[in-house]
Amino acid sequence: MSIECVPPSIGNRDDSISFLASLRLRMPAPIRLRELIRTIRTARTQAEEREMIQKECAAIRSSFREEDNTYRCRNVAKLLYMHMLGYPAHFGQLECLKLIASQKFTDKRIGYLGAMLLLDERQDVHLLMTNCIKNDLNHSTQYVQGLALCTLGCMGSSEMCRDLAGEVEKLLKTSNSYLRKKAALCAVHVIRKVPELMEMFLPATKNLLSEKNHGVLHTSVVLLTEMCERSPDMLTHFRKLVPQLVRILKNLIMSGYSPEHDVSGISDPFLQVRILRLLRILGKNDDDSSEAMNDILAQVATNTETSKNVGNAILYETVLTIMDIKSESGLRVLAINILGRFLLNNDKNIRYVALTSLLKTVQTDHNAVQRHRSTIVDCLKDLDVSIKRRAMELSFALVNGNNIRGMMKELLYFLDSCDPEFKADCASGVFLAAEKYAPSKRWHIDTIMRVLTTAGSYVRDDSVPNLIQLITNSVEMHAYTVQRLYKALLDDISQQPLVQVASWCIGEYGDLLISGQCEEEEPIQVTEDEVLDVLEGLLVSNLSTPVTRGYSLTAIMKLSTRFSSVNRIKKVVSIYGSSIDVELQQRAVEYNALFKKYDHMRPALLERMPIMEKTASNGPTEIVQTNGETEPSAVEPKHPPPVTQPTNQANDLLDLLGGNDVVPVIQTTMPTKPASAGGELLDLLGDLSLTGMKLTLKHCFSLLKGKPAT
Amino acid sequence: YASLYFCCAIEEQDNELITLEVIHRFVELLDKYFGSVCELDIIFNFEKAYFILDEFLMGGEIQDTSKKSVLKAIEQADLLQEEDESPRSVLEEMGLA
Repeated sequence: MSIECVPPSIGNRDDSISFLASLRLRMPAPIRLRELIRTIRTARTQAEEREMIQKECAAIRSSFREEDNTYRCRNVAKLLYMHMLGYPAHFGQLECLKLIASQKFTDKRIGYLGAMLLLDERQDVHLLMTNCIKNDLNHSTQYVQGLALCTLGCMGSSEMCRDLAGEVEKLLKTSNSYLRKKAALCAVHVIRKVPELMEMFLPATKNLLSEKNHGVLHTSVVLLTEMCERSPDMLTHFRKLVPQLVRILKNLIMSGYSPEHDVSGISDPFLQVRILRLLRILGKNDDDSSEAMNDILAQVATNTETSKNVGNAILYETVLTIMDIKSESGLRVLAINILGRFLLNNDKNIRYVALTSLLKTVQTDHNAVQRHRSTIVDCLKDLDVSIKRRAMELSFALVNGNNIRGMMKELLYFLDSCDPEFKADCASGVFLAAEKYAPSKRWHIDTIMRVLTTAGSYVRDDSVPNLIQLITNSVEMHAYTVQRLYKALLDDISQQPLVQVASWCIGEYGDLLISGQCEEEEPIQVTEDEVLDVLEGLLVSNLSTPVTRGYSLTAIMKLSTRFSSVNRIKKVVSIYGSSIDVELQQRAVEYNALFKKYDHMRPALLERMPIMEKTASNGPTEIVQTNGETEPSAVEPKHPPPVTQPTNQANDLLDLLGGNDVVPVIQTTMPTKPASAGGELLDLLGDLSLTGMKLTLKHCFSLLKGKPAT
Repeated sequence: YASLYFCCAIEEQDNELITLEVIHRFVELLDKYFGSVCELDIIFNFEKAYFILDEFLMGGEIQDTSKKSVLKAIEQADLLQEEDESPRSVLEEMGLA
């Protein structure tokens, strides 16, 4: 800054003013916007850029302080650029308001832009705009009115909307189509912000659809859609517009080439899509309206050119409308077939859209979607991740008793080769489908095995108890199952769910394993020691999680009543009595106690698990009294239908555990059980503290069932 | 679009395919306005890009489906802006007249 001036004589006011004026003149004008952009782009590092920005911001701030009208516009524009880059620009908010109040169009343009970018309803300052906007809404120049409508329609707060709704409504009735179309969208925003004001726009909507101007037509349809979506009364009121809408749509399709609205040979696709969407809302749950639009929907569905995206966009909207209204079945089949064709399209966006829509309709139009099953299954091999996911969901929805074998083959192949993010969901889906539609028990077990061995580490934790239950209930497959699981363990002990299920099975059916009883396949020869080696191997392996170790310890314990190498088992159990892992330690200590003090009860406790009736996975929980505290535990399975009366001992055992427990069905051969086990149990109760005993037994029982100890 | 990427956020019930058309329409408008639009055009004239956007969409919805109509409105508004900035004499610039 260079100061060249004549110092004023003291006391002369005029001279002072010109002195100050001449001072200001010498300040360099703020740099132009383009200049700033160019400068900032030369910065080579983030720090350099920040420095330039800070310098410029300081200059802008002082310029603002001087209330300079000439350059305010330029400065705010620069501020907006810097704001776009991510730097703070809040100090420009008031300046925007000043620009808006200016008479110059340039100022208003930048001012309103600034308001839209920098202000929102969270800043109190924004309310100061209201008066300016009100004035500008009544401005003589339509472009100024347009700016005001645009700003209000983009960022107007509910207070602003309340104050200005009247003005907007007035403009909605004007004959100027430029303003009318903007007023319609502004009204949409007002209604979104203040739904109670919807009523006041109703009279203005009377003749909206008789407009020739496509801009007004389009925005009117948007306005009508918004009103119908928000208010059932409005919806009923506007149903009478269906014939008019159908007519407009028909004209669009039948009319010849209109250069102004043509997109790749289709006349105003945007308007077509909006009308279709409004028809969807009007026709939903209404027979008469749906009837009135059947023809036009069929016409659009069959006549629309599909070589470009724009045609498919219209078809897509048509399909959505057909599926949502009460259309006749022929039309629905047509719609699903369109989606089926979409699936074969080269454009992956269209395939994606088809899969999403099919997913929505698969429940209601199951048979029609089934026809496209093979195409859908092919989509499992698509390269795009979102298409694969939707294809997977849809495939599971399409599985039924007839196609289970074929579908499962494809899905298991998919499970093998898919990304890890899918494996958990796919595995769960396979288990569910297998449970519902398994053609044979053998097939079911094989499928489970396949999932456990290929995607074992991705299987959800809650699948493990479910699988155990399944295996328990497939009584004739026990030998086969345990043999296959044992062989799988020999191969690979890294997949925890597989290992857990396998340990549990070996613990339960180890006797079948060593007796070589398998019918389904060649029985393997394995000794007790080999089995115990494997289980002990799990205990010491670094790959095993604490939960898995718990499973294998319990399995080892159970084998004490099925194998003869009891001493070996006793040794293992006593070693883990001093394990660092508290869970393992507790189990080992309790099992030790079984060996030492309650050896006569051991067989009864460790006998074969009964068949468990399937409960809902989130079944009701029951409060069980333990030690005076209540704790919820999963309710025991319900009473199975008439069954052989269980022995008293089992009954007593369960009574001890409290609650309304089931009477289990004991079907498998039981290992030797001292006849007096029950009696001694009762004797014990007389001596010992009841609660301590209850805890121990309850604990053991839940462990044996394969559930985590509570 | 060469080095230009456009992304658009829509709601769940919106038609994705027509949104692609909306983006395309906006690009066409920019292209017509700037004459073969490129990255630099938008960087150095970002406020104009905004003006075009505000003439095409409002509150997320299309205002006018006619390319001609939108471009005409921008043209007229630009004219208004130019009239504002009618040439000022050097003396006016210096604030001395």
